[in-house]
Amino acid sequence: MTDTVAAAREEQSPLEESETSERWRRARSSLLRRFAPLLGLLVTCIALSFLSPYFLTFDNLINIFRQSSVNALLALGQLLVIITAGIDLSVGSILGLSCVLVAMMLKAGVPWAVSVSAAVAIGVALGMTNGLLLTKLRLPHPFIPTLGMMNVARGLAFVISGGFPISELPQGFRFWGSGTIAYIPVPVILIVCVYALFHIFLTRTTLGRDVYAIGGNKQAAMLSGIPVDRRLTMVYALSGGLAAVGAIVLAGRLNSGFPLAGDGAELDAIAAVIIGGASFFGGVGTVWGTLIGALIMGVLRNGLTLLNVSPNWQKVVIGAVIVAAVWIDVLRQRTRGRRKLFRK
Amino acid sequence: MTETPQTLLKMEHITKAFSGVTVLDDVSFDVRPSEVHALIGENGAGKSTLMKIATGAYQADSGQLIWKGQSVEIKTPHQAHQLGINIVHQELMLVPQLSVGENVFLGRHPAGRAVFRWVRWGEINQQAKTLLEGLGHPIDPKRRLGELSIAAQQLVEIARALAFRAELVIMDEPTSPLSEHETSRLFQTIAQLKARGISVIYISHRLKEIHQVADRVTVLRDGRHIITKPVAETTADDLVRYMVGREISEQFAEPEAQGIGDEALRAEGLTASGKFSDISFSVRRGEILGFSGLVGAGRTELVETLFGASEADSGRVYLEGKEVTIKSPIDAVKHRIALVADDRKAKGLVLGASVRFNVALASSDKLARYRVFRSASREKELAKTLVRELRLKTPSVEQPVMYLSGGGQQKVVLAKWLSADSKVFILDEPTRGIDVGSKSEIYDLIRRLAQRGAAIVLVSSELEEILRLADRILVMHRGRIAGELRREEATEERIMRLATGGANNR
Repeated sequence: MTDTVAAAREEQSPLEESETSERWRRARSSLLRRFAPLLGLLVTCIALSFLSPYFLTFDNLINIFRQSSVNALLALGQLLVIITAGIDLSVGSILGLSCVLVAMMLKAGVPWAVSVSAAVAIGVALGMTNGLLLTKLRLPHPFIPTLGMMNVARGLAFVISGGFPISELPQGFRFWGSGTIAYIPVPVILIVCVYALFHIFLTRTTLGRDVYAIGGNKQAAMLSGIPVDRRLTMVYALSGGLAAVGAIVLAGRLNSGFPLAGDGAELDAIAAVIIGGASFFGGVGTVWGTLIGALIMGVLRNGLTLLNVSPNWQKVVIGAVIVAAVWIDVLRQRTRGRRKLFRK
Repeated sequence: MTETPQTLLKMEHITKAFSGVTVLDDVSFDVRPSEVHALIGENGAGKSTLMKIATGAYQADSGQLIWKGQSVEIKTPHQAHQLGINIVHQELMLVPQLSVGENVFLGRHPAGRAVFRWVRWGEINQQAKTLLEGLGHPIDPKRRLGELSIAAQQLVEIARALAFRAELVIMDEPTSPLSEHETSRLFQTIAQLKARGISVIYISHRLKEIHQVADRVTVLRDGRHIITKPVAETTADDLVRYMVGREISEQFAEPEAQGIGDEALRAEGLTASGKFSDISFSVRRGEILGFSGLVGAGRTELVETLFGASEADSGRVYLEGKEVTIKSPIDAVKHRIALVADDRKAKGLVLGASVRFNVALASSDKLARYRVFRSASREKELAKTLVRELRLKTPSVEQPVMYLSGGGQQKVVLAKWLSADSKVFILDEPTRGIDVGSKSEIYDLIRRLAQRGAAIVLVSSELEEILRLADRILVMHRGRIAGELRREEATEERIMRLATGGANNR
């Protein structure tokens, strides 16, 4: 009797399912997952190039890239945090505070190299504070420390600046926001470099892989000897640092440091990450997808402006896109879940 | 007892107390090289605490650990890994979003000492492949772990232990999520580990398995060491006696003949494509209807559909002769159908909340004042009554259910539905992961429910359980009912023949 049982189980055994169709299906679904955001971007671009003659020009495309650069920097930090199943609400405010501080230092005659380094250091320190609050005080969710930091940093930005913008910044500094190298804006070059760096960081270094492990299964990561608290602190510090880099680009581009800079930017950053295919549940997300996410938002804003759609309606469209992007993902997961049941 | 000269791990006179409650009392335990040592005991006997001390998750209050003849202190899981002690957790400690290879080397990448510690993907995949092939299961190391079956994920965790150069692997209830076939494969893997000189501590509730897989067995009861013996010198009955400290006579008691009443629930031609098709049956008040079949035969899907948690494509359901539509669990609860789901932690309980809260969960309307305001006193009263009635061991009704034993948690689920005055109880694997002592209590409860006039649909993969409890048995095979057996004619063999697609030749 035992033999019949074993034989019957054999065909139901999930251990060996290396049939080719199965492989294809898997390859296809992973390909889809990887390229869905890109597909979305291309479709949007093609549609817009039909709708507006100005859209598909070199100047405009470069412009989109440049306009997306601040969001792209914040989104990159946010991506790291979201992969750990966290959230960082403070990046917009950290950007605002760094923006004011760097402008004040420049105005006080501090050389731009020193000012820039100091601003980034402050961003890192603020982010690290988020991480330490989370891990040392054992606050229940990153929402709490970063919500606190969001208010504190924004408040300080106003206190320090007295509420006024600080304009007319030195030329050497403005290069980072509005300079070009061979027709390519410096922020664009910066984005490409920073993104490449973080791509390598997340895919090729053990530190980066730890970030995924923590988001995927925190307890498993802990039991595997990964210093979870230290990695989390690092992630929030990086997010704060990237926000400060965003501040430098923004201040350079607008030739001004102002306390309201980056107001609400954390939500745009989260949107870019989510559109780019990362999961709020952690463990999933790519640098590449996030770049696409940020560009989709940039393209939409740019295209809608070209089509004379008011900023208010733009918000409506972007909101719908965010929900739609996640919904598509949910649908795909659900069909996959069904299939799994079936196979069982 | 004679001292064996050669031991791998010796735990001597281990005592551990949590806030004054002694959990381990002078327990000694040892594992020899390439030995499979089974560790059994009821929930709360101290097995997991003992193993947590061995793996550095807890420290003993007194006693010592001797590893290969040398006294050691194990303060963190990491230290245990470095010594060569690894645990395969019951709830697997892996990252489903990452690849198989990466999981094998989680937290211990074969990376250089450079500042950036580059990941060597080639090496990871190659080594993971070799390890898995060595275990006789070629799984592609590049696959995402979450896509694999639980059995395959378990292998990944075993491969992981090997990657850590484990000399001792602790397996905590490894077979509870596995089918029989997968279980026998796991036993082959364990035999292989043994052949490589690796020792295994095997924790299980399934006494039959212990005779198949273990060399020696140690029984703990109430934090004390009861006995350590070669398995060959024990019988399953002995082990039960050691574990419980008393004879469980009712375990083998026949259900008393009881009055079976009118039809309570009837299904006609229920079909959900890809899950099950053309399921018709009826169950009467006071009757226990068993559903048997292999894992994946569609039973869980069927009961979830009956409860409205997923949809049927066609078919009808009648309650007390009247046709009803059950589109959601809300409808089901309204019709006083109860589901005790197969995964009580995920589907049955709010783990962080109190016994009282959970008991009142399905009947908060009834309990509330003016149907709106929660009444803590009424809830408390109800919870206390049920705790007494079900003999639930809990310090108070305010105890969060996550601190209860598996059996205790299951009793809370049952209490929840009892307080909702359910008429039809659907029980899906009600004793999964529950120790022998609580099991017989749960059986008792199920029988009492039926005697009180509830209709019971019992889904179970344990043949013994079905045979012991059910008045009638329906056997499913690949989404269809393969046959029906009356209690008098049912045998393990007949059920298995139907479950595996054989004809019902009586």
